[in-house]
Amino acid sequence: MVRFSQVGLRYPDPVRGAAAGERETLRDLSFTLPQGSFTWLTGPSGAGKTSLLRMMQLSLRPTRGEVEVLGMPLSRARRADLPRLRRRIGAVFQEFRLLPYLTAFDNVALPLRLAGRPEAGLRPDVTEMLRWVGLDGREEALPPQLSGGEQQRVAIARAVVTRPSLLLADEPTGNLDAAQARRLMMLLEEMNRLGATVVVATHSRDLIAQHPGHVMALEGGRIVSLDPWPHAAEAGPETAAALLAGEVDDGSALEDGSGDAEEAPGPGDAVEAGRARRGVWPGPRPPEADLG
Amino acid sequence: MAERRRRISRDPLGLRRALSDRLLPGLVAAMALLAALALAGAQGADRLADRWQGGAAAAVTVQVPEPGRERMAAALALLRGDRAVASAEAVSAERVAELLRPWLGNAPSLILPGVIELRLRGSAEGLEGLAGRLSAAVPGAELESHGLWVARLAALARSVQGVALAVLALVAGVAMAVVAVATRAGLAARREAIGVLHDLGATDAGIAGRFARRVGMLAGLGALGGAALAVPALAALSGLALPLSGGEETAGGALAGVPWAMLAALPPVAAAIGWGTAQATVRRWLRNMP
Repeated sequence: MVRFSQVGLRYPDPVRGAAAGERETLRDLSFTLPQGSFTWLTGPSGAGKTSLLRMMQLSLRPTRGEVEVLGMPLSRARRADLPRLRRRIGAVFQEFRLLPYLTAFDNVALPLRLAGRPEAGLRPDVTEMLRWVGLDGREEALPPQLSGGEQQRVAIARAVVTRPSLLLADEPTGNLDAAQARRLMMLLEEMNRLGATVVVATHSRDLIAQHPGHVMALEGGRIVSLDPWPHAAEAGPETAAALLAGEVDDGSALEDGSGDAEEAPGPGDAVEAGRARRGVWPGPRPPEADLG
Repeated sequence: MAERRRRISRDPLGLRRALSDRLLPGLVAAMALLAALALAGAQGADRLADRWQGGAAAAVTVQVPEPGRERMAAALALLRGDRAVASAEAVSAERVAELLRPWLGNAPSLILPGVIELRLRGSAEGLEGLAGRLSAAVPGAELESHGLWVARLAALARSVQGVALAVLALVAGVAMAVVAVATRAGLAARREAIGVLHDLGATDAGIAGRFARRVGMLAGLGALGGAALAVPALAALSGLALPLSGGEETAGGALAGVPWAMLAALPPVAAAIGWGTAQATVRRWLRNMP
């Protein structure tokens, strides 16, 4: 679950310091994304989509208000608690953020290694993940040797290889052809079915039209709408109002009602059977150790 | 391939390239060489001061004018009865004449004072009281302690030792500054990679540990080189200082005088300084990240 309460974000002025910053990039954001939900984030350039995703990824702290990610309110979280929380978040940003001196394999393996996965055990998962994004045979290529689309797919593979509980993507299909984009959307939907909360920022109305989910529209750092799609008519205006007011509890509408996101089942057995039926890549096992 | 994988898993920040294995070890080697010389200087000055103090304090001469049998016997009895005196022996008139021959030539008619050599049990303190008692018992008898000028020499040696230790502290401080600057350069070079690892869930301790291990290893290697360079310099200095310390040529030659234990301690100490400084620098830098 992701909950924002009266959140504002102001980037510090590099010369005059934080207090003298420009206007707030994000203002008075209050909403709740239940565990297991799929949310589209849309709005014009500069609306604050990427900043919002970065706050969900815990790589930006709010200037004011309260952010709660996967059941942990950040204002009360100790610094030592955050790395463990970050390992449950996968993110793909427009600039990919691949390490240029590591091969595609090693870039994808990085989150597993950070989580302490033994070297012998990560190879099948990483290889399978690279195969899924269509990069089999390119394992040993360095990012500068890959095209933009290939780099984006490596970044996607790295984001989902740990089977995160929260998956964030910023224009994930921007560099992909139609077939790859469809394949990526299947992957995101599958992660969502496995229990992950998925948030995807995009300008593409076509993409939004193809896949159901909530649609959060931002403009000027404010939320202008947060609607369920395509079931807006069925859900009625109450659901959207509840989401905006942060009154949706904890994903009970989308999950099994267990409530606590820390104990969210994530990839459950029921969907394991389902993925076999659908012939979809199940995602690798979650990290077994937590060594820092 | 397996080895490469292990190497990458140990170094996802690419610190092998970000922290050069030439500049930092070279600077630390120079620091270690200076530290070795300073330590050897401090150690040598300490030994010299001890030796001079011990030797001079133990050697005291008593002159007895008109050395008749009674006067010499009275002086010897007084001296041997004193608690501070380990031994008191009269120097024979022949030996005194022999010692003075280069200056006085053969002058049998010249009346020479009687001379008594004392060995003291401890320090030369309290000799003034003994001198007073001696002159009272044997009028004209004088006690000459070499302690004064040797005490000054010893004070000089202690000063040299203090300066050497101050130089050592300065070298350690400069080494820490050099390591901190190198670490910050590495942080700047890997800023983006650190951000990626941070966002993927790396802990501050994990990131700082990777830097600290690399910097500690480079500092240790540098100090090893510096210590190796110090060996011939210290051997040469040891050979030069041999007459001052009153030592004799040993089977090991000049190398026997090299402080091997101290040199062996330099690489681990430098590695520890590098490790600790890198940990502190990186953790302070990481505090700026969310």
